[in-house]
Amino acid sequence: MTIVRHELRQGRTAFWIWTGAIAALLGICIFLFPEMKGEMDTVSDMFASMGAFTAAFGMDKLNFGTLTGYYAIECGNVLGLGGAFYAALCAVDVLAKEERLHTADLLFTHPVSRVRVMTEKLISVFLRLTALSVIIYLVSVGSMLAIGEDVPWKVVNLLHLAYFLLQLEIAGICFGISAFLKRGSVGVGLGVAFLLYFMNLIANITKSAEFLKYFTPFAFCDGAAIVTDGKLDAGILAAGLALGALGIAAAYLSYPKKDLT
Amino acid sequence: MDAITTKELTKYYGKTRGIERLNLSVAEGEFFGFIGPNGAGKSTTIRSLLGLIVPTSGEAKIFGKNIRTEKEAVLAECGYLPSEALFYPGMRVKDAVRLSADLRRKDCGAEAAALCERLKLDPARKIDELSFGNRKKVGIVCALQAKPRLLILDEPTGGLDPLIQHEFFEILRERNEEGATVFLSSHVLSEIRRYCRRAAVIRGGSLIACDSVEALSRTNARRVALRGQLELDGLDGLRDVKETEGGVSFLYSGEMKPLLERLAVGEISDLNVTEPDLEEIFLHYYTGNEISSDVRKEEA
Repeated sequence: MTIVRHELRQGRTAFWIWTGAIAALLGICIFLFPEMKGEMDTVSDMFASMGAFTAAFGMDKLNFGTLTGYYAIECGNVLGLGGAFYAALCAVDVLAKEERLHTADLLFTHPVSRVRVMTEKLISVFLRLTALSVIIYLVSVGSMLAIGEDVPWKVVNLLHLAYFLLQLEIAGICFGISAFLKRGSVGVGLGVAFLLYFMNLIANITKSAEFLKYFTPFAFCDGAAIVTDGKLDAGILAAGLALGALGIAAAYLSYPKKDLT
Repeated sequence: MDAITTKELTKYYGKTRGIERLNLSVAEGEFFGFIGPNGAGKSTTIRSLLGLIVPTSGEAKIFGKNIRTEKEAVLAECGYLPSEALFYPGMRVKDAVRLSADLRRKDCGAEAAALCERLKLDPARKIDELSFGNRKKVGIVCALQAKPRLLILDEPTGGLDPLIQHEFFEILRERNEEGATVFLSSHVLSEIRRYCRRAAVIRGGSLIACDSVEALSRTNARRVALRGQLELDGLDGLRDVKETEGGVSFLYSGEMKPLLERLAVGEISDLNVTEPDLEEIFLHYYTGNEISSDVRKEEA
């Protein structure tokens, strides 16, 4: 597990910055809830009259006046986008950086197979995303308890599970992309995360684009659907995880044969 | 047993030629030089030997093991020093050295400490703060600490000061005496002459000569330097003609009689005929100009 340790050590600053930023934003959102609770009737009315954008963000199905509704929309966006960006940045650079930093000559001239290097790098990404998700889950639940609210365990657990799976899917896709890149990986990673986010918004706005839900992990993280149904959409989830697995498979097929220059 | 064997090794990058039908053989225990101009295919050869790139055709074996099918076993026997030693950001020397040892699953602490001592390298320093030469030292420690059977060194002395260069070659000499094979790719011909017993010359992606350094250096060409005037037009076997103060200097590998006839009728106040130095001899491999019928015979 030398490479896992090495990757974790290399990525620790970025990990704490992203984890700290997402946790802080989530905590602030939750701590603002008691103050905003009273004004939420007006806010809910306002959000309910925003036409297509109300549907795009799932605000037509949720009540902002409850912690569940508030958390699913407000905090969901912070956790969704923050987690997606971090997962994309982590995974899209994990293989590409060896050529970008010209360290491939160091790493791949040691008696370690490329498949093992890839596997250990993938494990390191998985561990970082798991740690980020666990810390943020604890901060969220802790913040809810701190403001004296009853924790809506089922919704919170499902939301956090969905966002963890979203991160895994994006990491899988970006890991696949990373195998083909030499440089410019950060821009590509952010672009992928943004693209998937907007695909979900478009799918929510127009019926004719609903099929896009099967191509973006933000679809199975839809807070409104999770709160309403009390479960994740299995079909969209399966399609999403298959996409992530496809990305990983593409990496394993191509990277061992790649010329490292 | 051969430490390195390549058979018809060919690598194309798309339509661009890297190396073409390279046949090379380096015996175990040799101190072998590998020279050629920029873009000749030296790095492509080395990267193929280490499995960093996949050959288009042909094969490369290290100690009889195919680099493509037994890569881990091959790399366990190799220590590699790239021409530009680059490391991960934020690392200290000791972190990089330990990472390299851990990847080999070996405890190389004592050897690494001894190498750092000899090369005057502080293990506590951050690599980002080191000069090019000191980063090269880190690469040397990583390559040598596990005492591999084969050392592949790509321009190893770039950036090293003369004292450290001397110490480095002293270490290589010791390793070679202990049985390690040294494959030295270098532009510094004096290094090849001083340390290598055999050498190969690569140009345009193909091996154009491979022999003992002594044989490669043998030539019937002469450096002729004279003061005065001499008509050189029509004289065969001339190259590297230089105007000097009040005269001319050139390398001559043609028949002696025509040269002597020209000299006899020329207005010459001083004449000096010497053997060319090694750099001059090897330069023709780089430029593609002919210099020596002896060398041509060796190549054949």
